[in-house]
Amino acid sequence: MTVSELVKKAELTVFAGSNGLNNEIVGGYTSDLLSDVMGNADAGCVWITLQSHKNVMAIASLKELAAVIIVNSGSPEADMSEQAEKEGIPVLGTTLGAFEISGILYNSLNA
Amino acid sequence: MDLSQCFNNYFAMHFKYEIQGGDFTNAGQASSQVKQVLKQLNVDPKLIKRVVVCLYEAEVNVVAHAWSGVIDVEVNTERIQIVLADKGPGIPDISLAMQKGFSTASPQVREMGFGAGMGLPNIESNADEFRINSKVNEGTTVEIMVYLSQA
Repeated sequence: MTVSELVKKAELTVFAGSNGLNNEIVGGYTSDLLSDVMGNADAGCVWITLQSHKNVMAIASLKELAAVIIVNSGSPEADMSEQAEKEGIPVLGTTLGAFEISGILYNSLNA
Repeated sequence: MDLSQCFNNYFAMHFKYEIQGGDFTNAGQASSQVKQVLKQLNVDPKLIKRVVVCLYEAEVNVVAHAWSGVIDVEVNTERIQIVLADKGPGIPDISLAMQKGFSTASPQVREMGFGAGMGLPNIESNADEFRINSKVNEGTTVEIMVYLSQA
């Protein structure tokens, strides 16, 4: 599944990094602790979080994640969006909480 | 220039980066640059992933806790050696700092999702060798080694 397919399916907002919408999704990781993601997320994962600052993109880039979803109607800080554009890693948004959007992603990947 | 050719001709490559304490805006830049270089050198991606985890965590520790720091990276045909030397408050009890979940990070740093007490354990589990020395009110030196032959 590509990021753009997930955007349609889960009705996500695309905040930034639309040049990476064709990134292939292989999994997901839900966490608000940056070292947890650094230590445990795999390349191609979608990171589901409430964090919305630039350091999220540093980790997303270093770990080669497919996209970031900000939960609970949050939106990225300006420098996070800028970095997302540079890295080609989409930053997406949802009104749902982490539990619900994680469930949607999990079911989509295991359908 | 093809860096992989350069790598064959020379025994070692050496990089140096400076870090400012508190500068979260640029946290991860050294890790990102080292990652690019290792990719160009055709280092095994699994090893690059381990180096990146170690270096990022160590870099963020300097940003979060120290006043300033210097990262020295040396790559040769056998290993990647990273030394981070900072000027800062130091660590009074290293065995306590190594415990998962222990952190002295400020509330502001924790709000960003750092300071979960996972950084040093992440380094330890991804490095082949890991040494940490510290003097209170002077600074901390972290040495990380990843061997290229242990892919």
